[in-house]
Amino acid sequence: MALIRDLAAQFVEMVLVLVLAPGLVGLVRKTKARLTRRHGASVLQPYRDLSRLLRKEVVLAENASWLFRVAPYLIFAATWVAAALVPTFATGLLFGWSADLIAIIALLGSARFFLALAGMDVGTSFGGMGSSREVMIASLAEPAMLMTVFTLALIAGSTQLSTIAAFMNSPAVGLSVSLGLALFALIIVAIAENARIPVDNPSTHLELTMVHEAMVLEYSGRHLALIELSSALKLVLYVSLIACIFAPWGLAGAQAGAAVLLIGVSAYLAKLTAAGVLLAVFETTIAKMRVFRVPQFVGAALMLGLLGTLLRFVSGSF
Amino acid sequence: MPNLAFDMAHLLAGSLVLVSFMLLYQDRLSSLLNVYALHALVLALSVAWQANLQNAPHLYVTATLALGFKAIIIPVALRQIIERLGIHREIETVVGIGPTMLAGMALVGLSMVVMLRVTAAAAPIARQDLAFALAVVLLGLLMMVTRRNAVGQVVGFMSLENGLILAATGARGMPLVVEISVTFSILIAFIVIGIFLFRIRERFDTVDISALDQARGEQR
Repeated sequence: MALIRDLAAQFVEMVLVLVLAPGLVGLVRKTKARLTRRHGASVLQPYRDLSRLLRKEVVLAENASWLFRVAPYLIFAATWVAAALVPTFATGLLFGWSADLIAIIALLGSARFFLALAGMDVGTSFGGMGSSREVMIASLAEPAMLMTVFTLALIAGSTQLSTIAAFMNSPAVGLSVSLGLALFALIIVAIAENARIPVDNPSTHLELTMVHEAMVLEYSGRHLALIELSSALKLVLYVSLIACIFAPWGLAGAQAGAAVLLIGVSAYLAKLTAAGVLLAVFETTIAKMRVFRVPQFVGAALMLGLLGTLLRFVSGSF
Repeated sequence: MPNLAFDMAHLLAGSLVLVSFMLLYQDRLSSLLNVYALHALVLALSVAWQANLQNAPHLYVTATLALGFKAIIIPVALRQIIERLGIHREIETVVGIGPTMLAGMALVGLSMVVMLRVTAAAAPIARQDLAFALAVVLLGLLMMVTRRNAVGQVVGFMSLENGLILAATGARGMPLVVEISVTFSILIAFIVIGIFLFRIRERFDTVDISALDQARGEQR
C-alpha cells in the first residue's frame, strides 16, 4: 500500500512538472511583454505552440543520421527524469532517495551532450557554431554547479535534495555567507544553462548571438516540440531546485496528509509564479552581453562557488 | 541553536572578502568606487559587530570613522576627481580578469591555510577574522599589482588597509593598536589622495594643453 502511495505521489509530481513547464515559459513571456508595454501572447501560447508542432509533419535533412532522430527523445527523457528527482511540493519522493544533486547534474549533462551532437549532425554551420558555444558555456557552468553542490553538501552533510531541504527548513541553518554565495552561483548557472538573456536570447534567431536556437534550427514537428518542452522543463527544474534548497517553506514531508500536500502544491505554484515574474523583470532590465563576455559572467559563478567552499572550510573547522 | 555571534562575524568578514573580489572584478572606474564604498561599509558593520561582541566602545569610533571617511568622503572625492578628468573609461589591467580571479582564489586559500594553522590557540572569532583579514590584505596587494591606473591602485591600497583594520579589531585587548591604526589610516588616506591629486594634476595639464593645441591646429 505504501509503495502504491509513493508511486502515485511520484507520478503526480512528474506530471505536474510536465504540465506546468510550458505555463512558466508563457508566464515569463507575458510578463516581459507587459513590462515593455506590449500586450503579448496569452500565457497559454506555449501549450498551443506545442500542440501545433506535435500535429505537424517532421521534415528531416537529407543527410541526417539516426542520432538526429533519436536525440530529441533522449534529451526529453533525461531532462524529465532529472526534473522528477527534484522535490517540488513534497520531499521523500520515491525517486528522491535513489539519486541526488550529482545525478541531476549528470542527467542534464548527458542531455546537453546529445543536443550538441544533434546540432553538429546535419553539418550546417549554424548548428556547429551553436554546439561549440553551448559547450563553451557548459564547460564553465558545470564546474560552478558542482562547486555549489560541494558547498551545500558541506553545510547540509548530504547531496540528497530531500535531506538538504529538511536541513534548510530546520533552525540549524543559521547565518552563513557560504549559502548566499551558493545561491548567487546557482542563479548565474541557471541563467546560463537555460539560455536566458544576459547569456543568450531565447526569443531571437539572430545569427551572431544565438546559442541554443542555433543547435535546434534543423528540427521540426514533434522533434522540435520535444526539444522545446525539454528546455521548458529545464527552466522549471532549475526554479524548483533553487526553491527547494533556498526557500523550502511549505514543502510537505514524507508521510504528509492531504491538507499538507495541498499547502505544498499551492506554495510551489506561488514560488514558480514569483520566480517567473522575477526572471522577467531581470531580463527586462539587463542587456544581452557579447558572447566573449559570457566566460567572465559564468566564471563569476565558478568563483563564487569556490569562495563559498573556502569560507565554509573556515567556519566548519571550529 | 547555532552560534549567532560567530555566524554574524563570519558573515560580515566573509562579505568583506567577497567585496574584495568584486573590486578585482570591476572594469569601470565609477563602479570600482561604488564597490569600494561598499567595502568600507561592510568593514564598518563588521567593526561595529565586534564592538558589540567585545563591549568595546572605542571600536564604535573606529566603525564610525570607517563609515564616514572611507565609505562616504573618500569615494565622493575620488569620484569628483575622475569626473573632472573625464576618465570613466575602462581600467587597464596588466593581466586578464580570469587569471587575476584565480590568483585571488589561491591567495585566499593560502591565507586560510596559514592563519588557521598559526593561530590554533586563539578564539574562533579572532582566528577567522585574522584569516579573512590576511586574505583581504593579499587581495588588495594583488589589485595594486594588476592595475595600471592610479585610481585602481589607490583603491587597492585602501582595501588593503581595510583588511588591516579588520585584523586589528578581531584581536581582543588591543585598543592601542586600534587607535594607531585609525590614525594611520586617516593619515595614509590623506597622503595617498595628496599624491594622487598631484600626479593627476600633472597629467591633466599635459593632456589638456596638447588637446587644445591639436584642436586649434596651432604649433607651439
